[in-house]
Amino acid sequence: MIDVPVQPILSLRDVHKTYGKGPNQVQALKGVSLDVMPGEIFGIIGLSGAGKSTLIRCINLLERPEQGTVLIDGIDVTGFSGRRLRSVRRSIGMIFQHFNLLANRTAAGNISFPMEIVGKPKKERARRVAELLEFVGLSHKADRYPAELSGGEKQRVGIARALATEPRILLCDEATSALDPETTVSILNLLRSINRSLGLTIVMVTHQMHVVRSTCHRVAVLDQGHVVEVGPVDEVFANPQATMTRRLLKEATAIATA
Amino acid sequence: MPLLENEAFIVFWNQMTMRIWPATLETLYMVFASSLFGNLLGVPLGVLVVVTRRDHIMPNAVINSIASTVVNIGRSIPFIILMVAIIPFTRWIAGTSIGTTAAIVPLTVGAIPYVARLVESALLEVDRGVIEAALSMGATPWQVIYKVLLPESLPALVLAVTITTVSLVSYSAMAGTVGGGGLGNLAIVYGYQRFQGDIMLYTVVILVILVQLFQSVGSWIARRLDHRHTS
Repeated sequence: MIDVPVQPILSLRDVHKTYGKGPNQVQALKGVSLDVMPGEIFGIIGLSGAGKSTLIRCINLLERPEQGTVLIDGIDVTGFSGRRLRSVRRSIGMIFQHFNLLANRTAAGNISFPMEIVGKPKKERARRVAELLEFVGLSHKADRYPAELSGGEKQRVGIARALATEPRILLCDEATSALDPETTVSILNLLRSINRSLGLTIVMVTHQMHVVRSTCHRVAVLDQGHVVEVGPVDEVFANPQATMTRRLLKEATAIATA
Repeated sequence: MPLLENEAFIVFWNQMTMRIWPATLETLYMVFASSLFGNLLGVPLGVLVVVTRRDHIMPNAVINSIASTVVNIGRSIPFIILMVAIIPFTRWIAGTSIGTTAAIVPLTVGAIPYVARLVESALLEVDRGVIEAALSMGATPWQVIYKVLLPESLPALVLAVTITTVSLVSYSAMAGTVGGGGLGNLAIVYGYQRFQGDIMLYTVVILVILVQLFQSVGSWIARRLDHRHTS
């Protein structure tokens, strides 16, 4: 067999990010490097304040690292702005803890939104909206406004919206943290099936160990702005190396048995 | 005695048709015209003040401080003084500084910063997460403005237009006292200077009705447009 070298779809190299100035300065990321391979579900776990959200926001440059590089498909996008930045962002979908749906648009209107942004014709948008509503199981709620939907339904709309423009990477920022356990499971199942059926690469940030365990292929543990451990989920969970990993595992077990 | 031969009624009727009704039309003309122009110019100014903030989608310290200063100065000048102070400007725009049409100029100038401030607070209410979501989809700043900020704050914007229109009713009465025409002029010239208490009373009643009407219609539209809560 020939060993084909696979290029990471996403790489972070020595990414630094600082907030504020002077004595109030907070170093959120202190030299983070990561490689995410095409088709995998990559988890980033850490306590709150570890820099997880900053890290995932650096990937689509909602936050701009002051040092280090972000590579998408091997292309350095760190310095991109304007049109080129927008085209990179359009190839990366994102879902959020609080869903961030437009309150004055229906479920269908929200899913249509990113396609309006890229100027897709109306007919094509309507077809794709119907397709996506069906895919996330919300065809019967097309004309409902977000306020009329449950948390799980809102996140399904969020996922459909993120998939509307056929991105290559899906970023999930604490996507299940505001949901009850049952809904969390159904959303994670949906994400797994998207990963399998579409081959979509997923990067998810979470503080919930069980989310990583049930869903991710590989995981990076973030502690105070550093990646302290990275590897396949089975290995990391079976044989944790870093103190933070052991702590997170211990807490997860404590919660599970409580 | 038939109603139409009743002397009191004839007086009342004549006052209504010859004084109150034309003055009401003048007031409506001033209020609607200045509300239209005030909103046309004030909404973009309010948007500018918001989007150029340091933490917003088009940060620009210079434009932001200029726009904010313009709004603050405009808001701090009492309308009665503004009206007199910009007479040369009014004359330049309208050709005269007296009359109903001329009054539209200071009313519009007075409304612009007012509208801008209301629009600013309406737009700042839009959830940051939603703006971030739009940016993450590759929306341009312009798309964020007309597809996120304005539609998401539409109910608040309708209320802002309503409040502006209601305020313009009272400003227009002030404009009336310095030759602007309308109900304010009528109340001062007949009700006050000629001691016609009935005219004064009718004027006040009509002004109250107008304000009630504008506020009810505005609130109703705003409620219809608001989907943020389950009804």
